[in-house]
Amino acid sequence: MEKRVTFKGWLLPLLLIAPQVLISAVFFFYPAGQAVWQSLFIPDPFGLSAQFVGLGNFEFLLGDPYYRASFVTTAVFSLLVTLCSMVPALFLAVIADRLIKGSGIYRTLLIWPYAVAPAVAGVLWMFMFNTRVGVVSWYLGQFGYDWNHVLNDNEAMGLVVVASAWGRISYNFLFFFAALQSVPRSVIEAAAIDGAHFWRRFFGIVLPLITPTAFFLLVVNVVYAFFETFGVIHTITAGGPQQATTILVYKVFADGFVGQDLGSSSAQSVILLLVVGLLTVIQFKYVEKRVHY
Amino acid sequence: MAQKSGMVEKGGAGVWLTHLLMVAGVLVVFFPIWLAFVASTITQPEIVSPPMPLLPGDHFLENYSAALLSGVNVPVATMLFNSLVMAIGIAVGKIIISLLSAFAIVYFRFPGRTTFFWMIFITLMLPVEVRIVPTFEVVAGFGMLNSYSGLILPLIASATATFLFRQFFMTIPDELAEAARVDGARPMRFFIDIVIPMSRTNIAALFVILFIYGWNQYLWPLLITTDPQMNTIVMGIKQMFPSGDDVAEWPVIMATSILAMIPPVFVVVSMQRLFVRGLVDSEK
Repeated sequence: MEKRVTFKGWLLPLLLIAPQVLISAVFFFYPAGQAVWQSLFIPDPFGLSAQFVGLGNFEFLLGDPYYRASFVTTAVFSLLVTLCSMVPALFLAVIADRLIKGSGIYRTLLIWPYAVAPAVAGVLWMFMFNTRVGVVSWYLGQFGYDWNHVLNDNEAMGLVVVASAWGRISYNFLFFFAALQSVPRSVIEAAAIDGAHFWRRFFGIVLPLITPTAFFLLVVNVVYAFFETFGVIHTITAGGPQQATTILVYKVFADGFVGQDLGSSSAQSVILLLVVGLLTVIQFKYVEKRVHY
Repeated sequence: MAQKSGMVEKGGAGVWLTHLLMVAGVLVVFFPIWLAFVASTITQPEIVSPPMPLLPGDHFLENYSAALLSGVNVPVATMLFNSLVMAIGIAVGKIIISLLSAFAIVYFRFPGRTTFFWMIFITLMLPVEVRIVPTFEVVAGFGMLNSYSGLILPLIASATATFLFRQFFMTIPDELAEAARVDGARPMRFFIDIVIPMSRTNIAALFVILFIYGWNQYLWPLLITTDPQMNTIVMGIKQMFPSGDDVAEWPVIMATSILAMIPPVFVVVSMQRLFVRGLVDSEK
């Protein structure tokens, strides 16, 4: 896509584009280059010199059971976050779509959690399930279930998943709702005349029509779970118990800033860079195929 | 809308059931926020001897003024101000640099145009979470730790807004630029008199999205604001929890959580139409 009509000159456009290019160069390309460069070295413990190790950091990482465990943790975590945010959102959107009046009010209320920062969401959920003062954990205790996400791996994972998925329900709801609203009424009415009841109409007609949106949301939610849930994990579990909730992004932070292992942290950054690249390519593929907006 | 009340939607009991399900859904989704609000209006003893009440108490003013004026490490009012500066700085900064670069890319042919375009495009791919250590070193090297520029500048290097404006500028009729050129108007006149006014809605929609993006940042402020005076509210809440076995001051912390969500919620709800539009646009 190109404009036919353009202005002359080269100095002005260079000046116009300069701020963005400069900021990208300083805060993006240079650090990314540094990450690649540092990933080839192991610094000594005092940070005075570094030894070139080639791909040694990568070899070490790929052989490291903790790192491989973190990959698995990330996969499980993102899958669960995606499911737990998309299914309730679709359910709510289907209900809201059936309302003739009043869906606007519900929509206004349902978008609240989107505005709540992941880190704040983490604090809210941690408060509800706090082992000492939490309301939900107390009631669970009354039913004889001893909740303790500080010690129990699965409970910790469950809590960070729910806290991360919570805010995304709003986001997914908005997209599902818009998609459902754009399904032509005439098609649905025709099916209704043919005697198809609600669920048959839903699975036979509506769901296939909103599949592009669902695919798009799938990719976007996986990206979210990978990269934007740091706040939730840091506030609720700090990666624990042991490493049960240490997703890849958390590990870059933990190894780089807490563990001060710059070589390994940089190598992890480079690996994540490749993962992001891959996800972005997938995202673009699906975004282009998305026809309903 | 007459056709909507046709045979597909049920009347009577069906409608009530639908509303009931919807209300139940909203209540479940809202529960964490409600609980935080209740906790911010009662006393510490009421919280530490569970179960805490599920209806608000009468210590609202006491807890909120304690949070705003003294906080734990630093008054929450200070953190709110820092967050506001950061969120507005990021939103306005991104919008300005993106408008300028998109205008250059769409309306000029200049050497290096394609290279720059791809340079900007690639920045789409790398969230700050992935390159934290080297970015931290760059910012530290510039002496920008504990400063607003350190909070803002690294986060405005992103391409989403540029692409959005580029897409929009492509839809501006060529006749307008042609007319401006014939009239002898200089490019910047055209930019200020025609392009910017036409982009008003896009700018506003993007502002909503970017404000929330900036307000809700956590990892970056956590790394570069070691001085509590520079903490933002979203990262500051976690800092209010005591280390070790001390008991957290729950009412103050929960009041802070509520305060931390008021500005973004207000922006989203009051500018709902723009927000939804911005959301859909920025994912295109």
